[in-house]
Amino acid sequence: MLATYQNPIYEYERSVDQNTDQIPHHPVIIVGGGPVGLAAGLDAGVHGINALILDESDTVSVGSRAVCYAKRSLEILNRWGCAQRMIDKGVTWKVGKIFFRDKLIRQFDLLPAPGHEQPAFINLQQYYLEQYMVERLRELESVEVRWKNKVIDVVEDERKVTLTIDTPDGPYSLSCDWLVVADGANSGIRARMGLESDGKVFQDRFLIVDVVMKQDAPPERWFSFDPSYHRGWSTLLHRQADDVYRLDFQLGWNADPVEEKKPENILPRVKAMLGEGVDFELEWASVYTFTCRRMEKFRHGRLLYTGDAAHQVSPFGARGANSGFQDVDNLIWKLDLVLQGKAKPSLLDSYCEERVAAAEENIMNSTRSTDFITPKSNVSRLFRDTVLELAEHHEFAQLLTNSGRLSDPSILTDSMLNTPDSSNFAGDMVPGSPLDDAPMEMGGEERWLLNTLDGRFHLLYFIEDLASLEPFHQSVLIEMQQQSVPVIPIIVCGEFGSIGSIDGITTLVDAKGLAKQRFDAEQGTVYLVRPDQHVLGRWRKFDLEKVSAAVDKVLGS
Amino acid sequence: MKLNTKTNFHPTDSHFFRAYRAGDDFYEALIEMHRGLSDELSAKVNARLILLLANHIGDLTVLHEAMGLARGEIEKVDS
Ligand SMILES: Cc1cc2nc3c(=O)[nH]c(=O)nc-3n(C[C@H](O)[C@H](O)[C@H](O)COP(=O)(O)OP(=O)(O)OC[C@H]3O[C@@H](n4cnc5c(N)ncnc54)[C@H](O)[C@@H]3O)c2cc1C
Repeated sequence: MLATYQNPIYEYERSVDQNTDQIPHHPVIIVGGGPVGLAAGLDAGVHGINALILDESDTVSVGSRAVCYAKRSLEILNRWGCAQRMIDKGVTWKVGKIFFRDKLIRQFDLLPAPGHEQPAFINLQQYYLEQYMVERLRELESVEVRWKNKVIDVVEDERKVTLTIDTPDGPYSLSCDWLVVADGANSGIRARMGLESDGKVFQDRFLIVDVVMKQDAPPERWFSFDPSYHRGWSTLLHRQADDVYRLDFQLGWNADPVEEKKPENILPRVKAMLGEGVDFELEWASVYTFTCRRMEKFRHGRLLYTGDAAHQVSPFGARGANSGFQDVDNLIWKLDLVLQGKAKPSLLDSYCEERVAAAEENIMNSTRSTDFITPKSNVSRLFRDTVLELAEHHEFAQLLTNSGRLSDPSILTDSMLNTPDSSNFAGDMVPGSPLDDAPMEMGGEERWLLNTLDGRFHLLYFIEDLASLEPFHQSVLIEMQQQSVPVIPIIVCGEFGSIGSIDGITTLVDAKGLAKQRFDAEQGTVYLVRPDQHVLGRWRKFDLEKVSAAVDKVLGS
Repeated sequence: MKLNTKTNFHPTDSHFFRAYRAGDDFYEALIEMHRGLSDELSAKVNARLILLLANHIGDLTVLHEAMGLARGEIEKVDS
């Protein structure tokens, strides 16, 4: 039992699907109601897709695992309508500090620049995250969650996937067009289908402890290499909601996980770390070994693997749930177009391609962090410690110091969906990149660029002054919204441009000139943006044919 | 000071989006270079690497400054 949190119980309810001799059919079934399965449900819900989530348990995460959620995740959660509650409950932070033998050697700020709606990171216990997602799901009509529904068999044929589901009332069957697999790292479905997730287990153990204490430690991430209270190893301290703090202790491979989990062994470690005289209460603890691995492909016919079922990383860098949200963000709009018959099913292969590349990058970064934190030979320990010594005075060594490269969004530069640049652009908003946010004004009110995008294709049209928009372009922009796959134009006027509006077109004013700068925009520059807010293509001059060709490339026509 | 101690790792002819990426590529390659070597052989490989890099840098002022910083506070042990 946790002192600060009581797990909600979501009652099992018998569904009408259990009362028939037929096998009821659903377009989309999501297996797993962890962060990633719930995310898939939310994205389906905001797209109006009929989807069913099946989860074998009847509550949210028992004890907290994930703590840190990155800006990109919050931008995605915001699109689903549940970021604000998490930010309000969670702890917002952006400063990381790294200590070596008790001395501060590096301090870094994770927010690249001001002028983004979402903070760099929040910390929030995984159970709150999941609970808020479940509660948001209840507001979305097209999605249903069934608790205590355990998928025990999956059979795929050419036209559908058939599931056998165990419940307190016994088993029943369902079929679906598409199965989103989000049943976690030990995915039973993956095993059932004879598939594997390959990679490596790190020879190290970590004690993860949540404690409750009334203290005003700043909301920062403190990583310590070789601290005096835990010689030879590393520790991590992080503040969460409800005065709960997350403590990580590196224990080494020879530690006995059963012994280490006993409160009488945990308490001295925590006391040594926090110092004498600090009152605290143990909330939850567990001992982990970490793994980095992934499936070779994330799409197998009608089965789409997401989250930990598809890929797993060590937690240094918080790339687990954060990358799972990006999986879903990438997948669901594609599924929507396929379900509506507007795109070929092969569009789903781009989900696999893009997210495999992302998983590779996440695994690479998490592996490197883990190798830095746990050197495997004398010479690698020598280099590691020397980097840390030099880091106190030299910038280059500070950047080499690797206590986790905290989750950043994947830039899909090699995606087959991108339309490559035909003109020069400065900066990093290349095709495949997630769109940078920027503060805007609309009708005299402040708003954010990303918040103006609504899960459809968008065309950002940069112009100094509304009066300079060609009338012909204006009518084309309006027509684009009426196509079978609409492209919604957004005109972004310069900060000194005339304020006004054009009927039927959203017009923003780039209030601080930041969008112009971030997108290297000039008069007439256009950016075509995917439903998941990644750049698809960009041009110095609007040309309907080029924009349409770029969209058609996605749809596969 | 002529010696550059600011971050300077970069790919030869591509672009990385993350500031840490080039340094991490280097560091991984450095550790990989030592894989499977005894401590003695690792010391040898390190010496060879220093000599190769020193010649590449060539500029004696830079090399002297680097040697000064590297030796730093480290004290002599009398034998
Ligand atoms: C100590 C630790 C710290 C972490 N810190 C972070 C962090 O700071 N940030 C971050 O982003 N990530 C972090 N992670 C990773 C994060 O917890 C996972 O990436 C995330 O939980 C994965 O979500 P998921 O939905 O894919 O899988 P899970 O959370 O494992 O959920 C799987 C769900 O599927 C259900 N299920 C399983 N089998 C079936 C079945 N047959 N039928 C029906 N339902 C089924 C289960 O009940 C469960 O609800 C951390 C992990 C650990 C262990």
